[in-house]
Amino acid sequence: MPADWWLKKRTYSLFMVRELTCVFVGGYSLVLLILASKIGDQQGVTAMLNSKTLSVLQLIALPMVIYHTVTWLNLTPKVLVLWRGEERVNPLLIAGIHYVAWIAVSIVILCVVFGYG
Amino acid sequence: MARSNEPIWWSLFSAGGVVAAFFVPVTIVVTAIAVPAGWISDENLYLLLQQPLVRLYLFILISLPLFHWAHRFRYVVADLGFRGGGRLPEIVCYGTAILGTVLAACFLALG
Amino acid sequence: MAANENSQPESTIELEVFRYRPEQEEEPTFQTYEVPYREDWVILDALNYIKDEIDGTLTYRWSCRMGVCGSCGMMVNGEPKLTCAAFLRDYHPATIRVEPLSYFPVIRDLVINMEGFLDKLTEVKAWLVPEEEKPVSEGEYLQTPAELAKYKQFSMCINCMLCYSACPVYGHHEDFLGPAAIALAQRYNLDSRDGGADERAEAIFSHEGIWDCTFVGDCTRVCPKNVDPAGAIQQAKVTATKDFYRSVLVPWGK
Repeated sequence: MPADWWLKKRTYSLFMVRELTCVFVGGYSLVLLILASKIGDQQGVTAMLNSKTLSVLQLIALPMVIYHTVTWLNLTPKVLVLWRGEERVNPLLIAGIHYVAWIAVSIVILCVVFGYG
Repeated sequence: MARSNEPIWWSLFSAGGVVAAFFVPVTIVVTAIAVPAGWISDENLYLLLQQPLVRLYLFILISLPLFHWAHRFRYVVADLGFRGGGRLPEIVCYGTAILGTVLAACFLALG
Repeated sequence: MAANENSQPESTIELEVFRYRPEQEEEPTFQTYEVPYREDWVILDALNYIKDEIDGTLTYRWSCRMGVCGSCGMMVNGEPKLTCAAFLRDYHPATIRVEPLSYFPVIRDLVINMEGFLDKLTEVKAWLVPEEEKPVSEGEYLQTPAELAKYKQFSMCINCMLCYSACPVYGHHEDFLGPAAIALAQRYNLDSRDGGADERAEAIFSHEGIWDCTFVGDCTRVCPKNVDPAGAIQQAKVTATKDFYRSVLVPWGK
């Protein structure tokens, strides 16, 4: 198998893009870790998060991380197999519920952040 | 029935994938857009970050996605053709995730 | 080629076919054949035409010609397909490239060596291992429709091996058990009449088993019987993980 096997077929390329989103996910963890190291220092936190470079990097990561979310949620029916008697619970329903949960959780977080203080 | 320790890493990868899927996009919106744009004041943000639950949230968002990255990246490295390293990719990847977890715990508990 | 009744020239299509005759060549070659183009012909029809009318030496497997035996799997323009289910009209007028299934050793022309796959079926014990042997006099093993439903999808596998040719993990190392073998193990593990899950665990909960799978998902995409082997493997990962934590946290239990 040549090292560029994943460039040969569209499904393989999409697979590799999905896998590489983990770099952006891990990268953001690193950003949060650095933030955590300054957490007691209000100046430090402010300076870090107001950095334009950091914002741009995060905005580049954002679509990649959303692609992780979408590909992950779409695969939940493969892992969460539920039965009602002889019928399998519709996979679209399983994925749909996860999407609703994602939106709901995001709204809650935004409310907590904006509502604080 | 521990035929392999793989379930440990796979379950951490899965947990990290779930956490990343649900929480990372909106958290990026907060740190990359909301804060620089001033939708939350620096003062309120600082106070928010001192809350124990918020610190716990940050810990989970640092640790689990790191394990997600570690497990997936270890396989990506092999898929991209770098297979000669033996167990080195595993040690480096999981080691980084463990280190990140320990550091996060220290910073968030003591900072 | 017989002239047809109309005076119009018959429409044709070209097949570029992989040839390998170990007794006369070291390296494989390709041979191009021109066959009649019929709207209702599949690639298998074209191959049979070649063998009957043009070149009797072409060697390939086929049997039922209706998508249930799993014999006629080949690479068609780089995609694993059952040649009895791939219509010429979906490719016409372009040339169709026909090759043996990827990632298997080639015996001759389009025939691959499937011994490795058959060995894997034995390794995963792809048969019913009853909890307790019941003599015939005690009657049948009973099963409800709901119990049947749990494994039915995975029982549809026709062993055509298209999934192996789609799997980049198998493409990299052939000791990976692969989609069909693991799906079939799961088929028996989920069968209420079966008690062999522990015996199968050794084979499938291993690095050559489920843990090498990175869920590319191409196996499910190419499967002609909608078995969803990728889904079977992910379910097996969940089961293996639950069993692992149970054995670690509750070692005295079963």
